[in-house]
Amino acid sequence: MEEILTEGGLRVGWVDFGGIRKKVCLDYVPEVVVGDYTIVHVGFALSKIDEETALQTLEDFRAMGVLDQELESEEEAFARAAVAPQSSCPDGSCSTGVQKAVH
Amino acid sequence: MKYLTEFRNGEIAQRMAREIHSVATRPWKIMEVCGGQTHSIIKNGIDQMLPAGIEMIHGPGCPVCVTPLELIDKALAIAAQPDVIFCSFGDMLRVPGTEGDLFQVKGAGGDVRVVYSPLDAVELAVKNPGKQIVFFGVGFETTAPANAMSVAVAKRRGIKNFSLLVSHVLVPPAISAILDSPGNTVQGFLLAGHVCSVMGYWEYPPLAAKYKVPMVVTGFEPLDLLDGIRRTVIQLEAGRHEVENAYERIVTFEGNRPAQKLLAEVFEVTDRAWRGIGMIPKSGWRLSADYRAFDAEERFHITGIHTEESPLCHSGDVLRGVIKPAQCPAFGKECTPRHPLGATMVSSEGACAAYFNYGRFLSAEELASAGSALSGVTNE
Repeated sequence: MEEILTEGGLRVGWVDFGGIRKKVCLDYVPEVVVGDYTIVHVGFALSKIDEETALQTLEDFRAMGVLDQELESEEEAFARAAVAPQSSCPDGSCSTGVQKAVH
Repeated sequence: MKYLTEFRNGEIAQRMAREIHSVATRPWKIMEVCGGQTHSIIKNGIDQMLPAGIEMIHGPGCPVCVTPLELIDKALAIAAQPDVIFCSFGDMLRVPGTEGDLFQVKGAGGDVRVVYSPLDAVELAVKNPGKQIVFFGVGFETTAPANAMSVAVAKRRGIKNFSLLVSHVLVPPAISAILDSPGNTVQGFLLAGHVCSVMGYWEYPPLAAKYKVPMVVTGFEPLDLLDGIRRTVIQLEAGRHEVENAYERIVTFEGNRPAQKLLAEVFEVTDRAWRGIGMIPKSGWRLSADYRAFDAEERFHITGIHTEESPLCHSGDVLRGVIKPAQCPAFGKECTPRHPLGATMVSSEGACAAYFNYGRFLSAEELASAGSALSGVTNE
């Protein structure tokens, strides 16, 4: 959320969608202030992203399964590495490796 | 973009898939209700990361796809009238009616316009006082707040030449209808995250308890979907049937109260026919008595509609999760996104369009046999 103003009796704001700026209606999210992240659907902000929860969820995801991998035997680790080379793709878009890995 | 790319991490996705493999001991059928989730599952190959027995059934959560044919035909009739500016979201334009689509009406001289928000249509009404501006208000609970606001603004500002052709549909009655249907095989649900961002998830615990099925509020990124599936499988394996929230950064139990308040004022619950599925009691919203003056069906009185579906199209079976898109004989042959026979091939949320756009031309059985043939080769 970059800027908030009132227009035709509605609370509206300029939102940056990864480079593209668009004006959206903020009437349903009175709590949103400049700097917040929101979900926008057909020109309406519907929900503020709870950043603390988002970061906690990511933390939980990162921790998931790490322990399993640390505990696996060397033999298992080799077998896994052979069929599932670890991807360094930052956004997971190179997902063919992932798909092959589990089949 | 922030809080999007982080939820697409390939390595974490692999670890999540591994956990699902280690937890699952039996086959399970899980339905994702929302068409946005269907697209993400097919685009990211989430279904192919799952153990062979875990099947994702694609639900009727594409609003364009379930909009009844009769209403599409009414839209075509209204849009063709002189002095009407017919406004719609882009994906309605190619949805086939009994005879033609909105593109063809536009081609024949009708004033059909794509708008980003229903409020844009209200502005068009202000700028064109000599014209009737009709907005095609379809969608689930996610889109309803925008349409409700457009009518509320029009009423407040005394705008007389704006109306809404409404076909809103609701998720909870659709879930009940699916679970009540005699041939139902669905054992767990991923609830649509953005519907729940508006409505919360207080409507679902009674459903989970009544039908004894687990339901997990789920987002749209690969990690969100895998986490939703993981949590559903854990519940199924443990014999639990609770409502969980795996999309906590967006969804709260109570949802968006200001939106729910306006929805309750502008709309009232009504029976609604779902394209490909049929009548589901109390499964939609129409304008309430206070706002009925803005109902395009009342304003234009279109009669004499005789609907007829394409005999080649099996989109009803796709919408009910009975077949996968690639099992339809017309899929990718007579029916493509460029020349769609049914709405499921049109919409950015339709299951057939997802399968076509991401190259899923084989049926589930063919995929499975292709997979086993391949593993046989590598083992030798």
